[in-house]
Amino acid sequence: MPDLHKDAPASPTGPGRAETGPPPEAIRAVPVRHYGRWAGAVVVLVLLGLLVWAFVNADIHWDVVGDQLTYHTIVEGAGKTLWISVLSMLLGVVLGLVLAVMRLSRNPVLTSVSWAYIWFFRGTPVLVQLFLWYYLSFVFDTVNLGFYKDEMNDVMTPFLAALLGLGLNEAAYMAEIARAGILSVDPGQTEAAHALGMSGAKTMRRIVLPQAMRVIIPPTGNEFVNMLKTSSLAYAIQFEELFRAGETISSRNLAVMEMLMVVSVWYLALTTLFSIAQFYLERRFARGSHRQLPPTPLQRLRSHLGSFRTPSRVGKVTI
Amino acid sequence: MSAEPMVRAERVHKSFGAVEVLRGIDLEVRSGEVACVIGPSGSGKSTFLRCINHLEKISAGRLYVDGELVGYRQRGNRLYEMREREVAAQRRDIGMVFQRFNLFPHMTAAENVMEAPVQVKGLRKAAARERAAELLARVGLQGRMDAYPAQLSGGQQQRVAIARALAMDPKLMLFDEPTSALDPELVGEVLDVMRRLAEEGMTMIVVTHEMGFAREVGDSLVFMDEGVVVESGRPRDVLTDPRHDRTRTFLSKVL
Ligand SMILES: Nc1ncnc2c1ncn2[C@@H]1O[C@H](COP(=O)(O)OP(=O)(O)O)[C@@H](O)[C@H]1O
Ligand SMILES: [Mg+2]
Repeated sequence: MPDLHKDAPASPTGPGRAETGPPPEAIRAVPVRHYGRWAGAVVVLVLLGLLVWAFVNADIHWDVVGDQLTYHTIVEGAGKTLWISVLSMLLGVVLGLVLAVMRLSRNPVLTSVSWAYIWFFRGTPVLVQLFLWYYLSFVFDTVNLGFYKDEMNDVMTPFLAALLGLGLNEAAYMAEIARAGILSVDPGQTEAAHALGMSGAKTMRRIVLPQAMRVIIPPTGNEFVNMLKTSSLAYAIQFEELFRAGETISSRNLAVMEMLMVVSVWYLALTTLFSIAQFYLERRFARGSHRQLPPTPLQRLRSHLGSFRTPSRVGKVTI
Repeated sequence: MSAEPMVRAERVHKSFGAVEVLRGIDLEVRSGEVACVIGPSGSGKSTFLRCINHLEKISAGRLYVDGELVGYRQRGNRLYEMREREVAAQRRDIGMVFQRFNLFPHMTAAENVMEAPVQVKGLRKAAARERAAELLARVGLQGRMDAYPAQLSGGQQQRVAIARALAMDPKLMLFDEPTSALDPELVGEVLDVMRRLAEEGMTMIVVTHEMGFAREVGDSLVFMDEGVVVESGRPRDVLTDPRHDRTRTFLSKVL
């Protein structure tokens, strides 16, 4: 045992002034009783109990909820919700980055066009935009891209209308997020790159954007979680996503509330899954910027469990 | 001695809006010379350095590097602005070291040094990495190839920044207060690297407050105040026997 102490670091009083004798006794004080906290908890638990009791006694066929949860129409709907969200988000991110760079360029035409785009797509409801795309055939009966020509009616499927409606709208929001990210990068970085003889485009791509990503990624994750939910609006233009799948079934089995619960469970599952993924993604991108990474929920849980066993310390923050 | 100086400034003016920051700078720096620039804060030292590699456009006068007009092309009496690509090509031959290092934080030391040779000169990755290893060894950082800037001390970061500038084989190096952001005990290691660079014959313009370095390494010392060169000459002469009151006042404050 004495061997262990030989290598122990010097006490904070510094070398030459080491404490003599045994360390002072650890403080063992009677903790403050938080009666208010107890009362609050009781009130909330009672209200929660009443709510559960109400639902248990409500006229809800829980067996229907359980059965329909994995019904293939619902699962396919969830798949389509995920798919359209991913694609719309991709479109939004790419176009948003382009718009952000345009907005920050020194070309007045590009700046104005980007400004006008954001102004229009942020200033009108997504639902209206979805219908605008869906009914495009009312004003253009053919699509003519030079190399490609077809009837608008055949081209503008609910899928394409949903993708354009959600993706182009998202681009306007992503543009603002990306712009904030780009502006957050120290101008000294651009200067250093220019001084090395790098062109403006290369500086943006190699130096500025990778650093802007750290600022861009967290709000982009939030945008994606929002997109999962917003995509339900595409039900209005006949796109067979999760919400519409639920509606279709409830129009047959008349279990309206039950189907809404099934759908909600699926949305919750999707958003929860992506929130977890986002947490780990952000943690990854925080590398190099922080000396110490924030703990994962598992690590936090473990430390909390541990804290039950150790006596409370003076100055410890209670949450 | 070659006829054409490495840097020639003729009545260089620079304004930011209505504020005239440089008010007629005349200066010549010969090839192989180390010119140190001193002067009070706000006197335009950084602005002048930034004009030399066209990070700032001058508003009047002429500025030549190695006989070439910086940022412009002259045909007859007319000046034509250079294209971005031409400006970038001119900057390649001029290395710059900043007060705040400005290393790329998302890249390792080696990647910082390799970036411009690979992206600008099209050097192969393997060759660039070998070169980076050489350069980092030259600034005393052989073991830290794969360290990120955040894992390096200020002095180490500034030495990486010097290696990064050297990777483009510049014919001129500009230093803007390279040791001002460093803890005192780290200043020496950076100055040592610069001293060796000077001994190897690099042409350098160094804005600095390190009077010892200016005296020992500098071939000339330039004192700037309020956008003009007040006096210049051999460092020893300027430091021990300044001719102008303004120089004397400044030196009495910093020495
Ligand atoms: N981009 C800029 N816009 C406006 N004023 C500037 C800019 N850069 C520098 N200045 C001004 O020019 C003057 C000289 O600055 P600087 O060259 O940095 O001086 P020094 O490096 O000698 O301290 C200062 O008054 C500064 O405020
Ligand atoms: Mg300065």
